[in-house]
Amino acid sequence: MKTVFVTVGTTSFDELIKNVTSSEAAQALKSCGYERLVLQVGRGSLLPDADSCPHIRLEAFRFKDSIAEDMKRADLVISHAGAGSCLEALGANKPLLVVVNDKLMDNHQLELARQLHMDSHLLYCTCSTLTETLRTMDLSLLQPFPPGQPKNFANFLDKALGIQ
Amino acid sequence: MTVLLGTVVAVVLISVLFIIRLFIVVKTGWKHKAGSRGSVAALVVAGSGGHTTEILRLMESLSAAYTPRHYVIADTDRMSEEKICSFESSKQHSDSESQFTIYRIPRSREVHQSWTSSVLSTLTALCYSLPLVFRLRPDMVLCNGPGTCVPLCVAGLLLGILGMKKVLIVYVESICRVETLSLTGKILYFISDYFFVQWSSLRDKYPKSIFLGRIV
Repeated sequence: MKTVFVTVGTTSFDELIKNVTSSEAAQALKSCGYERLVLQVGRGSLLPDADSCPHIRLEAFRFKDSIAEDMKRADLVISHAGAGSCLEALGANKPLLVVVNDKLMDNHQLELARQLHMDSHLLYCTCSTLTETLRTMDLSLLQPFPPGQPKNFANFLDKALGIQ
Repeated sequence: MTVLLGTVVAVVLISVLFIIRLFIVVKTGWKHKAGSRGSVAALVVAGSGGHTTEILRLMESLSAAYTPRHYVIADTDRMSEEKICSFESSKQHSDSESQFTIYRIPRSREVHQSWTSSVLSTLTALCYSLPLVFRLRPDMVLCNGPGTCVPLCVAGLLLGILGMKKVLIVYVESICRVETLSLTGKILYFISDYFFVQWSSLRDKYPKSIFLGRIV
């Protein structure tokens, strides 16, 4: 069953939860072939019921010790702009749509999402353009995100410190 | 009068000496081959959440030559200890016995804490950092951005200034920083021996930094 996983990390982002479970967004997801919507709502005040969205199978929870399993099972991840969530989704090789909370002031977390968007590793929208983005998105345009190379760091340090 | 004059001259002389030593220690760090004896005692500053994840990715790549490993975490941090323990137990070393310890110090700056109270809590953290670093005498301090690493690096720097031990300061700016350095990064840029950034835009702005692509 094609699944969308929505995550807001440790924050609250009610507007995203509200918009992604709206009838229009759910229909857009359904027409892309997604049948299941899993929401991680964090500290938000909205925790939608399973039957609150008629077009799609819906599950919601606040927090889990690890969302790695949800990431793994997802075919599309919709995330807030938090660096941790973005990196986790890209690290799991999942197509990622980042929804920026434009009600928040610009913070440094946005820097990374914006850069990754410029490098075509993820899609980027706001709550008001979410449905439109879901209708028109082309995930095949996304570039894979190669893992970082800590070995380069280790080699550099070994050489600099004179370790044989 | 002569006593007063003498005191002033002494203070000025000590300050000048201190500044000269500071300059020498910072400028000649790259010449210091801490690993020539075969092992490097590392003091690793784990922050919280993302910082800890990133620094453990770096630790994963380092060989068994980086032994022993002293981890420092903020006393309000619950998650990091668990992450470090599970990382260390999974690390397969040829010497089988994994040599690591975890120390806790007060957090020097919570996110969104005001400037004035930050200064105060950083001083408190320094009081804990100095005895710890002077006792452990690590060959290097490895850190990546949590506020806790500033007092620890300052303590390491002081060991060098006093001529007791050159402590290499290795700083890796978080992958999250694309255009601007974190506050910690801005401070440690001046006193670190190796300063890594992970985006080319930062390398262009900070010529002393080392850019090897993404390393976490």
